[in-house]
Amino acid sequence: MKDSISFRLNGKPIQLDVDGDRTLLWVLRTDLGLTGTKFGCGESLCGACTVVVSKEAVRSCQVPMKAVRGKDVMTIEGLAPNGKLHPLQEAFADTGGLQCGFCTPGMIMNAYALLLKTPKPTRGQIRAGMEDNLCRCAAHHRIVQAIERVSTLA
Amino acid sequence: MRDNPSTLAAPPLPSARRSLDRRDFIRLLGGGIIVLFNADLSDLLGQESRTRGYPTDFNAYLRIAGDGRVTIYSGKIEMGQGIVTSLAQMAADELAVSLDSIDMVMGDTALCPFDNGTYGSMSTRFFGPALRAAAAEAKVVLLTLASEHLKTPPDALSVQDGVVFLASDRTIRVTFGQLAKGQKIVRKLDGKAVTKSVSEFRVMGRPEKRRDARAKVTGRAQFAGDIRLPGMLYARILRPPAHGAALKSVDASAAARLPGVVVVNEGGMVAVLHTDPEAAEKALALIHADFDVPGPAFDDKTVFAHLLSVAGEGEEREKKGDLAEGEKRSVSLFEGKYVNGYGAHAPIETHTALARLEGGTMTVWSSTQTPFPSQQAIAQAIGFAVENVRVITPFVGGGFGGKSAGLQAIEAAKLAKLTGKPVQVCWSRAEEFFLDTFRPAAVVRIRSGLDGAGRICLWDYQVYAAGSRSSEQFYDVPNNLIRTYGRWGSETPKMHLFATGPWRAPGANLNVFARESQIDAMAAKAKVDPLEFRLNNTSDKRMRRVLEAAAGRFGWKKAVAPSSRGVGVACGIDAGTYVAMMAEASVDAATGRVKVGRIVCAQDMGVVINPDGAKMQMEGCVMMGLGYTLSEEVHFNGGRILTRNFDTYEVPRFSGMPEIETVLVKNDELTPQGGGEPAIVPVGAVVANAIFDATGARLFQMPMTAERVKEALK
Repeated sequence: MKDSISFRLNGKPIQLDVDGDRTLLWVLRTDLGLTGTKFGCGESLCGACTVVVSKEAVRSCQVPMKAVRGKDVMTIEGLAPNGKLHPLQEAFADTGGLQCGFCTPGMIMNAYALLLKTPKPTRGQIRAGMEDNLCRCAAHHRIVQAIERVSTLA
Repeated sequence: MRDNPSTLAAPPLPSARRSLDRRDFIRLLGGGIIVLFNADLSDLLGQESRTRGYPTDFNAYLRIAGDGRVTIYSGKIEMGQGIVTSLAQMAADELAVSLDSIDMVMGDTALCPFDNGTYGSMSTRFFGPALRAAAAEAKVVLLTLASEHLKTPPDALSVQDGVVFLASDRTIRVTFGQLAKGQKIVRKLDGKAVTKSVSEFRVMGRPEKRRDARAKVTGRAQFAGDIRLPGMLYARILRPPAHGAALKSVDASAAARLPGVVVVNEGGMVAVLHTDPEAAEKALALIHADFDVPGPAFDDKTVFAHLLSVAGEGEEREKKGDLAEGEKRSVSLFEGKYVNGYGAHAPIETHTALARLEGGTMTVWSSTQTPFPSQQAIAQAIGFAVENVRVITPFVGGGFGGKSAGLQAIEAAKLAKLTGKPVQVCWSRAEEFFLDTFRPAAVVRIRSGLDGAGRICLWDYQVYAAGSRSSEQFYDVPNNLIRTYGRWGSETPKMHLFATGPWRAPGANLNVFARESQIDAMAAKAKVDPLEFRLNNTSDKRMRRVLEAAAGRFGWKKAVAPSSRGVGVACGIDAGTYVAMMAEASVDAATGRVKVGRIVCAQDMGVVINPDGAKMQMEGCVMMGLGYTLSEEVHFNGGRILTRNFDTYEVPRFSGMPEIETVLVKNDELTPQGGGEPAIVPVGAVVANAIFDATGARLFQMPMTAERVKEALK
């Protein structure tokens, strides 16, 4: 059943006629062509599909479209709107906080929400906050370094 | 993969022809200076690359265009290991151009030289020399052209950053772009051009940041699942509930009634397709299917006895001296049986492919480690000539050996052929765990002996189902026999109930776990510090150097294990690289939980092309290695795979992260050796030895889960 759903996407208002039960992940990836948000497990266990909805990191594979009505949705594509990298993106690139890069958008969006809540996290808080985002290439060290670097800039 | 995602679109192929000839190929690339290889490069590439089938087609290694840009073509793929950077470093250095002027095209069967696949830590070892030679050859061509252009003898010229100039007067100059412009020069690589020695390196040997980082942090890097074509359909395929199950009946009528659903039931494949992947998923759930499921033959607990019972005759891999003599000389004998269950690759990107049939050519964008073998497999499966199948490999979201097969690409191609539409197949996580080519469950048995002087005098090593990789003897053992049982991987029928395949350093993780655990047990019995025991028993200079380097960084203090400190040492050789590792671990006696606090890894990998990239691989190996060591295990009952997602398949997380320190032991006398796998091989052993040092309990099975550790502490 199609529904008209309005929300903000990467800072801009948007209105979609979609079935409200479809998930945010697949609407982003197919209808909107925003493929930076990845499918990894489909059960909110890996974090590859993490986006930020009204300042909270959420697993977009579990979010139905009807739940984003009126909300502010931020994806990896919205983090560098004019081509200028966000400090987190700079830091992940500089420290080498990525290898295959498939978990990277989800990692960065999760870290983005973490720093919104806790601008100066301890290393323990970073680890705890990132715990449920999986990186199979095991770049964990440098991911923590990257987040620490941004938090010390803030 | 092109490292500039905006140029993803594939150039058109003259697909009406049966095959592309060299003229077409050069037209396809455009003008400039193109270096192809000569069919006989075997002297340059060495014995090992010759047996790997390097390379016999006419594709180019590199092209210098009229704008001065240099394009490198490689049949290798980028899955995170970082060769998109290190290969570019090699070419930039040999050509004397800036790293920024290099574009990489990787894993495209229509454009890149043949390659058997990206595995075995071989890209830098075997593709590297060929690429460097091609770049050196191109530089010779450019110098000759420059010498004509500037009317100066070549030896009066210098080259830097793509500019040739008179050494005595830098204002007399010409750029590579100017020289290449309007040219159609094609050179065959004959291996005569001289590549640089280490002391001449300017770009190689320098830590370089990943070239793909920007694309990956912005979400612009395209993976197979990110490619969108007009009219494309997303497919979901019916899977049996267990391996070995046979489809009895299927009713897809309810699924077919959903609007927009296309149902395919052809040649044993039942699939539903839709323009919305979630609608396809819904349709799949509406299919009613009955299967005959065979009764379970064995499960994850009884598999080891099964492997021993079907293993058959052993094959001798290494033989020296006489075991009976070794036994006679032994004052203490040791027997150990070490086991490891099935392991999953579990890349975060599941197997994905998009196939499009157009003008008689099937183009498949696939997440694969083996684009060229995959091209052949697809051609065979859909009845096309190989030339009419093109595989393009975008960025691959992790492979670890698991993307060496490529069933999803065949499925996508079949469905594209049947429906006439572009079709994406993207496996769900449960499909990924069901269809993965698991690291085989395996067993190692060792009988060893120590003489009165604390020297190893007997080594009787038998490995079942894992193969011999990294089991080679580097301790000075006069009576040594290494035997393997069961052909590696899926080649032995009856051994496994499902597909098995290479998993990062195939077999080596268990072999090193077994050998280094056994060595540790012998050191403890002899009441000798485990590092000293190793040094006493090996005269291999490279091994001694990495052990000493690790000890220096770690601050190793001599003690006989178990010392209750929780420190361990292990070492190994893989892909020509030597690794020594030391670890600190603590064990919670109440729960059996192991916490690894610190790991030091020292590695001699010969000449290092990108030290930062090498260290990233070492860190990744250590951290990923903790997964197979402590938690990763596939559970199954007969052909039913019980592990379906990351809740039950526990891969390493941030909370399990130890301090990791890496040391590159300089060895510029040796050509570059493997980098993507070696550092993972000692992780199981170093943790087992640290657990023994902490508690006095020896673990014989990986993963060393809390339950198993608790059991061992009893």
